[in-house]
Amino acid sequence: MSRREKTWWWIAGVVILLYCLFPIAWIVSLSFKAPADIANQQFLPTTPTGENYSAILTGSASDLFMPALRNSFGICLIATFISCILSMFAAYAIARLDFPGKKLILSAALGVAIFPVISIVTPLFNLWRQIGLYDTWLGLIIPYLSLTLPLSIWTMSAFFREIPWEMEQAAQVDGATTWQAFRKVIVPLATPGVFTTAIIAFFIAWNDFAYGISLTSTSAARPVPAALGLFSGASQFEDPTGAIAAAAVIVTIPVVVLVLLFQRRIVAGLTNGAVKG
Amino acid sequence: MTTTTLPPTPKTAPVSAPRGGISDRARAERKLGWMLAGPAFVVMMAVTAYPILQAVYYSLFNYRLTDPENKSFVGLGNYWVILTDSLWWQAVLVTVFITVVTVVVELVLGFALALVMSKALQALRPILRAAILIPYAVITVVSAFSWQFAFSITTGFVNNWFAWLPGIGADTDWFGGKWTSLLVICLSEIWKTTPFISLLLLAGLAQVPDVLQEAAQVDGATWWQRLFRVTIPNMKAAIMVALLFRSLDAFRIFDSIFVMTAGANGTESVSFLAYRQTISRVEIGMGSAVSVLLFLCVVLIAFGFIKGFKIDLAQARGEG
Repeated sequence: MSRREKTWWWIAGVVILLYCLFPIAWIVSLSFKAPADIANQQFLPTTPTGENYSAILTGSASDLFMPALRNSFGICLIATFISCILSMFAAYAIARLDFPGKKLILSAALGVAIFPVISIVTPLFNLWRQIGLYDTWLGLIIPYLSLTLPLSIWTMSAFFREIPWEMEQAAQVDGATTWQAFRKVIVPLATPGVFTTAIIAFFIAWNDFAYGISLTSTSAARPVPAALGLFSGASQFEDPTGAIAAAAVIVTIPVVVLVLLFQRRIVAGLTNGAVKG
Repeated sequence: MTTTTLPPTPKTAPVSAPRGGISDRARAERKLGWMLAGPAFVVMMAVTAYPILQAVYYSLFNYRLTDPENKSFVGLGNYWVILTDSLWWQAVLVTVFITVVTVVVELVLGFALALVMSKALQALRPILRAAILIPYAVITVVSAFSWQFAFSITTGFVNNWFAWLPGIGADTDWFGGKWTSLLVICLSEIWKTTPFISLLLLAGLAQVPDVLQEAAQVDGATWWQRLFRVTIPNMKAAIMVALLFRSLDAFRIFDSIFVMTAGANGTESVSFLAYRQTISRVEIGMGSAVSVLLFLCVVLIAFGFIKGFKIDLAQARGEG
């Protein structure tokens, strides 16, 4: 590659980096602005301050934000865990066993994946009120499964299909028991796929807004995105912009950490399930 | 226009048990298969099929949550009210506009991103891959807030930075009108979802056989000719899958509109209309009817894509 060409690739790369990070940089910068700075129409704060963070973590807005953060973590982790367990069994069956209905399950997953969330919200809203699941953790965990399960099944069965299952028999021939063969050979091969699926499922649950805002009414179960959507400052005279920005940065930290640690796997997981020749 | 693709590789027929009697082993396998996959299947059906049937039922009633005594059967009356109301058609128009604009821009931009990623220098590749995942992983609400604050007349820097452009000044109120609001909503959506499309297309690019590229190059094809006659035709499946999923996703737009305009100035989408009927106005009957119509729209789009473009999802997903 010539020097000139190399320069062009570097420029293209830097443009992509800017594109991806600019809106994040903006919200971070905004979160460090003092109230007097918020409306100064500048990108950077004049004197960075941690006021907004102390407001949402310990100060006036903390009773809105902290319960929401706890709800988000709790609900998303439980929903991710359940959908991973269920789809692990389903994906094993799809990848390894021959049974009629395999296509039906995959098509059903696809159908559920394209399902408009808002269409389920109306009946659930009414039903949850009648049976007392409205504004509870369980009332969100159940519909979150409709978001995470289809994707988990697709992604995990794509991963499981690539496992060389013959190795299990090979281990048995070499004298391992069935359980040993499974634990020592198959589990290590399957773990990366399960783990990657869990990360992607967590992203999807973490991102939910429609269920969160429709099926909760108090801080008992309201997750962060919904709380952010309804954030309006501790009093009506207080501009909530800084607090929203700080809260937005805090909910972005977990996903950025996951992305930085597991980028290669996440890309494989996202594309494996969708496009494979 | 001629396109170049490799002939399909012959597939080996799966070895199946002779027809007639299925062995005990096969029967046991079937049973085990359903035992393992059954729970996931049942849960999926319980959280989607059941609520949508419930919605169909409610949609036939005049039913307001605050006034349950007066629940009455109105047949298709709710649908008639909705379909003759300009509010519904405006929401459909807005939703279609957002879908078409975002999907077209995302496809072109995503393709460009994928091309750069596939050719990028080894040193840059991991950095780019991590960076590109960040918009994908960021919560939609956060993206919407970031773009809203950037364009807002009080907190934003956009008016200040672009004041040299004609038509933009310190008092340009982006959220004061329908089309400028929609523009910012589209920008936020495009920013967030283009990376996902580009990853799908990147995977598609990797499947284009190198031999074809080299052969075309030897034959003296220009870069553009190779792009349009070799690369794109060979990754049609990946493009179609990306297009289908993004269109359906874009059509369901809700979060960004809620955060950025809350449906003001005629920026209401179909999802937002359904939400407002049900949750804000507790008109369960009317809200259910909008929900059912939204569901039918999504089914129609999916069906149109699959039939119209002959997308074979099984083939695209490697089960052929």
